[in-house]
Amino acid sequence: MTGYFLRRAAGALAVLLVLSVVVYATFYIAPGDPARLACGPRCNPEQIAQVRAQLSLGDPVYVQYWHFLQGIFAGHDYSTGTAVLHCDAPCFGLSYQNNQQVTDMLIERLPATASLAVGAMAVALLLGTATGLLSALRRGGITERVLTWLTLAGTATPVFISGLGLLMLFCAYLAWLPFPAYVPLTEDPEQWAWNMLLPWAALGLLESAKYARLMRSSTLETLAEDHIRTFRAYGVAERKLVTRHALRGAVAPVVALSAADFGSMFGGAVLTEMMFGLPGIGALLVHATTTLDLPVVVAVVMVTGTAVVIANIVADVLYAAADRRVALR
Amino acid sequence: MTARRTSGGPADGRPATGPLVAVSGLSVAFPSGPGGAPVRAVDGLSFELAPGGALGIVGESGSGKSTAAYALLGLHRDTGAEVTGAVTVAGHDVQAVDAAGLRRLRGGVAAMVFQDPLSSLDPYQAVGDQIAEVYRVHHRGASRREARARAAEVLDRVGIPDAARRARSRPHEFSGGMRQRALIAMALACRPELLVADEPTTALDVTVQDQILGLLRELRAETGMGLILVTHDLGVAAGSVDDLLVMKDGRAVEHGPVGEVLHAPREDYTRDLLAAVPRVNVRRATRKDAPHRAGGDDSVLLEATALRREFGRGKRAVTAVDDVSLTVRAGETVGVVGESGSGKTTLGRMLVRLLEPTGGRLGYRGRDIGGMKERELRAFRSELQMVFQDPVSSLNPRRSIGESIADPLRAAGKLDDAAIVARVRELLERVGLAPDSYHRYPHEFSGGQRQRVGIARALAPEPKLIVCDEPVSALDVTTQAQVVALLGELQRDLGLALVFIAHDLAVVRQVSDRLVVMRGGRIVEEGPADTVYERPAHPYTKGLLAAVPRLEAAEAPA
Amino acid sequence: MTTELLITAEPEAGTAPASGTRQVLRRLRARKSALAAAAVLGLLVLLALAAPLLAAIEGQDPNTYHDALVDSARGGVPFGDFGGVSAEHWLGVEPGTGRDLFVRLAYGARVSLLVALGATAVQILIGVGVGLAAALGNRLVESLLTHVTDVMVAMPLLVFAIALMAVVPADFPRPVLLVIAIGLLAWGGMARLVRAQTLSLMKLDFVSAARLTGGSTWRLARRELLPSLAAPVITYAAVLLPTNIVLEASMSFLGVGVKPPTPSWGHMLSTATTWFRADPMYVLLPALMLFVTTLAFTVLGDGVRAALDPREASRLRVGRNRRKARTSGAGGTA
Repeated sequence: MTGYFLRRAAGALAVLLVLSVVVYATFYIAPGDPARLACGPRCNPEQIAQVRAQLSLGDPVYVQYWHFLQGIFAGHDYSTGTAVLHCDAPCFGLSYQNNQQVTDMLIERLPATASLAVGAMAVALLLGTATGLLSALRRGGITERVLTWLTLAGTATPVFISGLGLLMLFCAYLAWLPFPAYVPLTEDPEQWAWNMLLPWAALGLLESAKYARLMRSSTLETLAEDHIRTFRAYGVAERKLVTRHALRGAVAPVVALSAADFGSMFGGAVLTEMMFGLPGIGALLVHATTTLDLPVVVAVVMVTGTAVVIANIVADVLYAAADRRVALR
Repeated sequence: MTARRTSGGPADGRPATGPLVAVSGLSVAFPSGPGGAPVRAVDGLSFELAPGGALGIVGESGSGKSTAAYALLGLHRDTGAEVTGAVTVAGHDVQAVDAAGLRRLRGGVAAMVFQDPLSSLDPYQAVGDQIAEVYRVHHRGASRREARARAAEVLDRVGIPDAARRARSRPHEFSGGMRQRALIAMALACRPELLVADEPTTALDVTVQDQILGLLRELRAETGMGLILVTHDLGVAAGSVDDLLVMKDGRAVEHGPVGEVLHAPREDYTRDLLAAVPRVNVRRATRKDAPHRAGGDDSVLLEATALRREFGRGKRAVTAVDDVSLTVRAGETVGVVGESGSGKTTLGRMLVRLLEPTGGRLGYRGRDIGGMKERELRAFRSELQMVFQDPVSSLNPRRSIGESIADPLRAAGKLDDAAIVARVRELLERVGLAPDSYHRYPHEFSGGQRQRVGIARALAPEPKLIVCDEPVSALDVTTQAQVVALLGELQRDLGLALVFIAHDLAVVRQVSDRLVVMRGGRIVEEGPADTVYERPAHPYTKGLLAAVPRLEAAEAPA
Repeated sequence: MTTELLITAEPEAGTAPASGTRQVLRRLRARKSALAAAAVLGLLVLLALAAPLLAAIEGQDPNTYHDALVDSARGGVPFGDFGGVSAEHWLGVEPGTGRDLFVRLAYGARVSLLVALGATAVQILIGVGVGLAAALGNRLVESLLTHVTDVMVAMPLLVFAIALMAVVPADFPRPVLLVIAIGLLAWGGMARLVRAQTLSLMKLDFVSAARLTGGSTWRLARRELLPSLAAPVITYAAVLLPTNIVLEASMSFLGVGVKPPTPSWGHMLSTATTWFRADPMYVLLPALMLFVTTLAFTVLGDGVRAALDPREASRLRVGRNRRKARTSGAGGTA
């Protein structure tokens, strides 16, 4: 087990290093003046010169990249001409437009993103596994047909359509809910929950369709296995066959997939955040892209990539723990 | 069709109130998809089994033997299959009984043992818990503790050492034989009156098979339960049952006491079937032109010295073949036998260089081909060919069989298109297929025919040596005999050298000049075939030969 | 980046090769839902192809403002019922600008389909190439390509695609950029699938037999592997198509995709968010188009998969009863 983790960690680190090279190459070596891009469109020549010095753009490319990595692992000192600004590890540089350390900006945005991810995942898992299981057990019946079409419709509805629909229905016409405005959990838990309700529903519904499909196919697959036939041939009732012998095998891939998805939600729920005005990491990215705030863009890509890589390792471990036949090697 | 008869019970004085199993006019039909006529797997089958009796149902694939056995436990219910006729087990009408009654019957009155012991057990739960669960289904009042105790008891009975502790292991921690023992223990748990075993030893090695069959005999004598043994292997049935029912195309061909059916069959089909069964104790039919006489050439073709193959690296490295030395001369057949995991397939694939040896030397006519790069090897590829085990996966389903056979000729690039087609037609005829089959696809052929296509493909580049890796183990016994005969004929006519790899010692005896016995990646015994079969020197070979089931095990009719 | 976008059905490892194109088509025709989806998609393609013609018939073009048709007193809501439906403007006009909605939707279909098809084509090319090379290459090539694929799969796609828009010059044609961005970023899943499929094919005896013919590796790939890979690749491509449609719409919705005035459903939806009280038609129409298109592609993809993976051919499955190990990390295919 320990050996497995060490190998996976080493592999993940390699993947992240390659990712950082790709990201760095794309954003800092690509055409255009990175200093101008990083500083933003409203910078004057002196400011650009200062940025160029801070990013050590005069140095060879590999030295620049080394500084970038150094910042992430050990922190970095920036000279602003008059004073030295220390940026603790993990340091993703400075957002010149906001005059703020990028890491601080990310931390600021984390609670909203985390709120969304946790709640939406709970909705998706509960709804998805229940729907998938039901449609597998009622195979051939009207229930299955209805659920199959609902699930298909769910997969075909992008979150900005379902979100818009929910807003129109619950906030505009029925007026049961206020238009969502993010309230931090620490400030007022009740308001936080009320305001998160629609984002959770929108993202959770979409994700649940995916889990429903996976759950259905894996349940059917498990029920077709030989050991189910054995227990049926020994008089075990159908309900017990499902709960005792099929469920665990059927849930394993769903759990694994949800772990992997959870990672990507941590940077990737861009659409939902924008749709409902949540001040999360995804919304930060869109803002940074439209205002050309390069250090922020790079940081979000790196952080999201890291979350996905870690989530995938967790997913593999969960899958192996649930399915004994898969050995961790 | 013989008269219906009731199989006799053992002489244990048990009152015979009526038959344990009574099947009459049983038909099972499966729907064949939209529009198609239903497929009749079992067609008007009738038989009876007295309490404590043992009946073997034998037949080739597609004869409906397993389908008939499943009907005894009502396993076709709710599957879409159409079942007609009457099935009575211990007084219960299986067709009419309600769902709860059927559940009580399953396991409580009649228990089933399946073919693949690994997939037949729940991989997530301890073996003992699975048996305890079945016990509690049929003994509502039993506590968890009692059920566990019963599980340990039956596991102990079937010969699992340290049963109370091993009951906590999961199936994957058991060996194949132990898993099958555990399944039999599950069947015993509720003291059923009937045990239905569906190919219970087919997935097992021959020595393990021998142990399991012995266990079944023992349990039957001890508990007095009835046994229905479904198998394709007449030898397996011969030593384990009182009566034999031979099935073909869903119908009973012959039914009678086992000795009578095996030694004085009344039906032609049974006679053909028996004639096709390879016998391990019968010498190979003498070849008119004795070994390595074809063309007068008996030079050494292939010479392996201390050949070795490992898979994986570091701590997890597994040595599949270890220090194997072997020579193959032109025109001779070397048989390679061994149980699963003996390394025989790995060895075969190294001999034709589908796998690269990790150690040792592999010489072909003086050249070391063991370490050659793919590019250098191309010159030798045509001379070393292979016939594969699985008739399904050995042909590309998307290409016509003619194109598959033509492939080596096209790759060589020596012949023009017309010459290639002519040669393929000639080869098809040579292996007993219609030359017009060129444009037909693999799925249009039966297993035996596909194997013939595979042989034609191997012959196409005019090889000097063909490695046959279990070429007949996926085939029915009559087809097996035909394919083996074809291989022998080709060898005689073309002067080919054959390496014949198989787990079935009887089949290997039919073709081999020399025999190599492998175990755990090493050769344990080697010598002229008749010598090894008749006077085995190594204890492992002795055990292997003793475990082969024989038709003679059944007593001849008095 | 599976989140939020579309469901990427896990491609089955060891999907059985189907027996013949004709049978596949026959099985596909037997599925009513797939037929209906194909019909809807046919209409849609027709709409996209004939957009200029339809515009001419209606007598409108996508970019002309009609200030007279919107009520400037109410902030630009179109006059008339249902967003200003009339004989001249079949589906009404855009609030604020008064541009013809029908023509804009038809031109939007062009962008949507073009970007999705183009991106899918790029994904197939790269994915099949990398997957085959990783499966057939030597140890160095294999480990290099496998690692690169892992990176591509781990790449948060939407995030990276959005980020890319920050560095590419503004005058670069956006639809082309979207094709390149999606195609270059999202081939990881396809490469994994092709590699896994190739590896399991390599275990089959007919590939071993082909190796014994002494032909080159390229000959082997072309004759034995590619024909058998077609089925899973097509199936997976059918899953990628609707994903790509939604991806394009998402990016346009976020304002980093197709640039105005080029009509795009995603962009229309994003402006519609401010109009949905006053002019619900303007929300409903592009939403409906996007929904129907994605649904039709998804249903057709399901049908193709079912037709290509019939249970009849399941005997060819490589790892018989064993459940496959998870085939992909699922992180980044969509």
